[in-house]
Amino acid sequence: MSISAILFWVLSVAALFSALMVVTSRNPIHSVIWLIVTFFAISGHYILLNAQFLAIVNIIVYAGAIMVLFLFVIMLMNLNKESEPARHRWLQLAGGVSGGALLLVLVAALKDTELKSQQSLMLEGNTGLIKTLGQELFSNYVIPFELSSILFLSAMVGAVLIGKKD
Amino acid sequence: MQSSFQLAFLIPLLPLIGFLINGLGRNQLSKQWSGLIGAGTIMGSFLVSLFIFQSVESGNTAVVSYFDFIRIEGLRIPFAFQIDALSSLFLLIITGIGFLIHVYSISYMHEESSSSFARYFSYLNLFVFSMLLLVLGSNYVVLFIGWEGVGLCSYLLIGFWFKNQVYTKAANKAFIMNRIGDLAFLLAIFWLIIKTGSASFQEVFEFVQGNQGTEKFTATDITVVSLLLFIGATGKSAQLPLYTWLPDAMAGPTPVSALIHAATMVTAGIYMIARSNIIYSLAPFTLTLISWVGLATALLAATIALRQYDIKKVLAYSTVSQLGFMFLALGSGAYVAAVFHVLTHAFFKALLFLGSGSVIHAMGGEQDIRKMGGLSGKLKITYVTFLIGCLAIAGLPPLSGFFSKDAILLSAFLHQPLQYGIALFTAFLTAFYMFRLLFLTFHGSFRGTAEQQAHLHESPALMTIPLIVLALLSVVGGWIGIPAVLMHEADWLGSFLAPVLSSSTHEVSHATEWMLMSLSVVGVLLTIGFAWFLFRNYRERESKGLLRFFEHKWYVDELYDRLIVKPIFYLGRLLKEWVEPRFIDALVNGVGKTVQLAGRQIRFLQSGQIGSYVLLMVLAMVTVLLVQFFIRK
Amino acid sequence: MPINYYLFLAIALFSIGVVGVLTRRNAIIIFMCIELMLNAVNLLLVAFSKMHYKQAAAAAIPIANPGIDGQLFVFFIMVVAAAEVSVGLAIIVMLYRNIHSVDINFLNRLKH
Repeated sequence: MSISAILFWVLSVAALFSALMVVTSRNPIHSVIWLIVTFFAISGHYILLNAQFLAIVNIIVYAGAIMVLFLFVIMLMNLNKESEPARHRWLQLAGGVSGGALLLVLVAALKDTELKSQQSLMLEGNTGLIKTLGQELFSNYVIPFELSSILFLSAMVGAVLIGKKD
Repeated sequence: MQSSFQLAFLIPLLPLIGFLINGLGRNQLSKQWSGLIGAGTIMGSFLVSLFIFQSVESGNTAVVSYFDFIRIEGLRIPFAFQIDALSSLFLLIITGIGFLIHVYSISYMHEESSSSFARYFSYLNLFVFSMLLLVLGSNYVVLFIGWEGVGLCSYLLIGFWFKNQVYTKAANKAFIMNRIGDLAFLLAIFWLIIKTGSASFQEVFEFVQGNQGTEKFTATDITVVSLLLFIGATGKSAQLPLYTWLPDAMAGPTPVSALIHAATMVTAGIYMIARSNIIYSLAPFTLTLISWVGLATALLAATIALRQYDIKKVLAYSTVSQLGFMFLALGSGAYVAAVFHVLTHAFFKALLFLGSGSVIHAMGGEQDIRKMGGLSGKLKITYVTFLIGCLAIAGLPPLSGFFSKDAILLSAFLHQPLQYGIALFTAFLTAFYMFRLLFLTFHGSFRGTAEQQAHLHESPALMTIPLIVLALLSVVGGWIGIPAVLMHEADWLGSFLAPVLSSSTHEVSHATEWMLMSLSVVGVLLTIGFAWFLFRNYRERESKGLLRFFEHKWYVDELYDRLIVKPIFYLGRLLKEWVEPRFIDALVNGVGKTVQLAGRQIRFLQSGQIGSYVLLMVLAMVTVLLVQFFIRK
Repeated sequence: MPINYYLFLAIALFSIGVVGVLTRRNAIIIFMCIELMLNAVNLLLVAFSKMHYKQAAAAAIPIANPGIDGQLFVFFIMVVAAAEVSVGLAIIVMLYRNIHSVDINFLNRLKH
């Protein structure tokens, strides 16, 4: 097995394991930590696929900004293990079963597609480079780009408005 | 088409208009107007019938069609009138006697309130309308419409004084018994339509005559149809076993008894069988059955009449008995004789009923003959006309009853001598009980209260004039059918009806006929003498033994009650108390309860919990994916 | 790497996110599981973009930047996710201020 294959499997296992820990942790702060680990694993996948820009952006935006925001809110509410609401046995089981069903159905549906023999190119390729992405973004996709800034503006305004104490 | 035939629609239309005016305007019209409209419309119908009769006598017949009553693929039933000898004769009877009875009623019912009076005349007009439809119809369906209509009017008129529960029960009884017969009649019509594809007389008779014996219309078909039609006739014409409603129907006003239960409605069965004579001629088994049933009914009713004390009940049983005679004639194949007897019976029976009405009127409502007696002095016209009626029904020449009854006895003799013997005996019984009635009512000494005696008076002109007219008709009415043996070429009726009624002609020697006639005349005279001897000075005696059996009407009503009425009531109660709550209510309520229950459970889906909503979303998504990828391959 | 492997990985991550949303009662944890789902999708998109790149390279079709759309799409997904998180967390804070709990079982006003 080549190095990229080994890395792929290690990163996959890491991602899955930490995702599971996110869902099953009692302490919300632990959940946050595990989620950050997941994001790192996924970024690792991005690097393997030579999507350099996205890898970095993933870490900066998701792990850096969004998770920190989560942490702030959790600490604001002073949530810890004791204040975690009690679980409903029956509902948990139902949820687990539904999720599992979803997994099974999707896997079964998609495992025999005609694409299965196709390969993703790893470690090579221009598409992940910043230069290519930038060129594409500012020429063909400039309108969505500008619109996204308006989106951010409205989100900011909304967040401030909602959070006001009046 | 003859001009008179074009006016045929007026005949039933005028009484219908009279019904509507009197019925809808009963609260506004005065008694004079109600009576005038009621009787006037019948007079109008009578005049048109006369006009038509003249045309028919000259040899014209027609089927006048107005519109299609039922028109579907394979079946066409028109609303049409068939004008021929039989129907025109009946038209005259119905409208003529109907008119006389309407006039009589104007005086008889004068004590009623004006809205009640108008209601009475509207019902009477409706009855005449239905009866006219019955005889005019050119197919079984229109006949049936009239058939049902007269049944309805009979119910309405029997229960005319509806506040009395006994009367309304009698009306129910009449209607229900009629209905049993009607069911058989309907089945017969359906059978005919299925087999022959039509209900019209002309088409059905052609078909039957052409295809009889073949697989299209087998002997079974003929027997079944003729039997079913006969059962329908027994209901309407009060034969065994559906006759018990007729005596109870005397609860209605006396003119109603005269019109409906003597002259017209009860003869509808005879008319129907006479009209279908082509079918019956091919069904010897049914004809034999008819003759025996008719004979048995005649004998049974005559014996019951021997010991009745209500003047109207005697006449009612007499009617049943005479109808039995008519069916005997039909069963012997003598259709003309049966129709002849219908005609003469209409005259003298209506006369007798109206006469009894006069007596009841004079006695202030009393109907028990044990309380009467010696009325001949005060009620002269009533007495004389009643006497004429009794002579006619007994069958003394030269009155009408003699000729018609003799024709029936002759055909019975030729058909089956045993039947002749029993019929002769019944004729003697008829004379006996009728004259018993006469003597007890009009002769001897008065046995009522002093108050009643003071009230005795002859009836007003509007009542006595119809009596006189009917008495005249009872005398001369028989002269239209004098048999050849007495007077050559005098049987006008026979030749008039010949195109419609196929009479079986038997060759019989003149000597035999003379012997039969004299036998009946002598026997009747002897019977009258015997009755005079017994009832001249009447003393009330309790009935013993056999006579008691007769007086209690052979306990037939009690038998029916035990066998039929009580089980049906029991069944009804069972269904109501046991089946209905447990099954039907449970089912219906169960549906409601299920819906409620389901609603209560499904309500919990809307819990408001976001978690359960998301769960449902995921489940739905999984289902959609499943369906998309695996089921819709 | 065969694309199927990335496919299954993404499906697995997504399902784990779904289980998390259904199972947990803490609103914030649920939010985080939603982020997890989004990331699973991102991963898959990038994998597909590289697949197209490889296909185009193998077929020697002279397209400029094959498969770049996938990665740009991921970029925008991240943009939207960031905005969504900010607003969502603001709502949760408001909620906490009113009912002093983040248990979603107390949010049953939708019933009315």
